[in-house]
Amino acid sequence: MAKRINTGYYFSEGFHNVFSHGLMSFAAVCMIVACLLIMGTFTLVAVNMEHMLGELERENEFIAYIDESYTRQQAQGLESKLAELENVAEVTFVTKEEAQQSYLQGREEVELLKELPATVFRDRYRIHVEDIRDISATVDRVKAVPGVAKITVALEIAQGFVLVRNIAMGVALVLIAMLMVISLFIISNTIKLATFYRREEIAIMKMCGATNSFVRWPFVYEGMLLGIAGAVVAFFLQWGVYQLVCGFIDRSAGMGLVVIIPFAAMATRIFTTFLVSGFVIGVGGSTMAIRKFLQV
Amino acid sequence: MIRLIDIYKEYDNGTKALKGVNLRIDDGEFVFLVGPSGSGKSTIIKLITGEVYPTAGRMMVNGFSPDNMRASQIPLMRRTLGVIFQDFRLIEKKTVWENLSFVMRAVGCSGRETRRRIPYVLKLVGLEGKENHFPNELSGGEQQRVAIARALVNNPSMIIADEPTGNLDPQRSYEIMDLLKRINELGTTVLMVTHERDLVDRFGKRVVAIEDGKIISDETGGYYNG
Ligand SMILES: Nc1ncnc2c1ncn2[C@@H]1O[C@H](COP(=O)(O)OP(=O)(O)OP(=O)(O)O)[C@@H](O)[C@H]1O
Ligand SMILES: [Mg+2]
Repeated sequence: MAKRINTGYYFSEGFHNVFSHGLMSFAAVCMIVACLLIMGTFTLVAVNMEHMLGELERENEFIAYIDESYTRQQAQGLESKLAELENVAEVTFVTKEEAQQSYLQGREEVELLKELPATVFRDRYRIHVEDIRDISATVDRVKAVPGVAKITVALEIAQGFVLVRNIAMGVALVLIAMLMVISLFIISNTIKLATFYRREEIAIMKMCGATNSFVRWPFVYEGMLLGIAGAVVAFFLQWGVYQLVCGFIDRSAGMGLVVIIPFAAMATRIFTTFLVSGFVIGVGGSTMAIRKFLQV
Repeated sequence: MIRLIDIYKEYDNGTKALKGVNLRIDDGEFVFLVGPSGSGKSTIIKLITGEVYPTAGRMMVNGFSPDNMRASQIPLMRRTLGVIFQDFRLIEKKTVWENLSFVMRAVGCSGRETRRRIPYVLKLVGLEGKENHFPNELSGGEQQRVAIARALVNNPSMIIADEPTGNLDPQRSYEIMDLLKRINELGTTVLMVTHERDLVDRFGKRVVAIEDGKIISDETGGYYNG
């Protein structure tokens, strides 16, 4: 009972504090928002890269183009040879006409491409491998088969993704660490300011026999409120930014390679992460601030 | 009840403020603490309120012994004391009522107790009807009454006052003294530091004189020699 009354008191005192030095609180919330946004953005890039990588790996196939001097018959004759190779799971023959059809799909509006003769395409095999990790060895073996002119593997693209993902993850980690520390200090300073504004009251409360925790809690609540406010604002901004970037990518890159995870699919997780980070930063910062002024 | 037994206090900078003080104040007493500037009066007050610790010696304050108790006990000890300062120390942006209610809150009183107790102490100090005034809307004497009300509001067994009349004209000082005397008659022990010879002589209470960190006289009804 008494505990509940106090929680209400701490909360309202903390809430009051936030507005008694509104500008500093505003700055603190802005910093937290900025930190969470930067953290969130890099993490989302990393997560998306990871996702695309997964998509690529699931396809685990590459394409072997057949020498143009080969007739269709000769070309189809290669199928059994290719299928026998180690690590090859499935071989599908694709004629140049079929290739043209699928290439034109999704590019109907481009007039120029319609005139394209099928001869600019080559007959080809789509080769699925059993194990993506051995793909380069398999590629070499396929290359050695006479009649195979050229091979394109998504491997390079995959490696590009791996690189971007690793960079994004690394940057995200470093930023998270750095920004966490910065936000901690910002919150800590805001709370120090709050205790400075209320030093008279604190002195009198202590002189009258208030316990340390009674003096402390409103400031912890204040920090917590700032952290949570920052988290909520950051969440909605992150959402907006993500939608914007998604829209941009959708419009500019229709190659189907870029598969973006919809925000809604991650919203709960992002929200929870932001909330927990905001909470930790807020409570951590205020604890840092009030730790030493409580003596006497 | 207060017991100081052979108390020494040396501040961090090496100032020896108290040099073997023995003092006993029983419940219900009214005691003046007098002495020249820098003699150690405020240091005694700060020892009693737990703001500073003795360098040597033993002490008891209303059943607590600050020289060897856990820090968490200090708030409990302070709840048995009501402290009044020369400069009132009211919160300017709080009304009279809020100045009182927030210290009741600070020791865990409910809203109901607060609403019952505050009108009583305001009546006691003669400030009925001033609940909603801010400190700067009151005279110095009235502000000190608010501070006295604040000291009383948590029902302490002892009032500790460090020069409570130092900022007031003689007439106001006399009124404040009268009020402290009445509070004492209602059963609260009073320990008051003062410089004012007139007041001390007029009230004929116990006078403890201190000089250079030592008690040099302790006479009841006696007058101020400091
Ligand atoms: N926090 C402190 N640190 C160092 N020295 C101090 C401190 N407080 C007081 N002193 C010194 O201790 C001595 C006693 O000080 P105290 O404040 O007890 O005197 P006082 O009797 O209250 O004087 P006054 O009548 O002027 O208020 C003085 O020499 C003072 O300079
Ligand atoms: Mg003094």
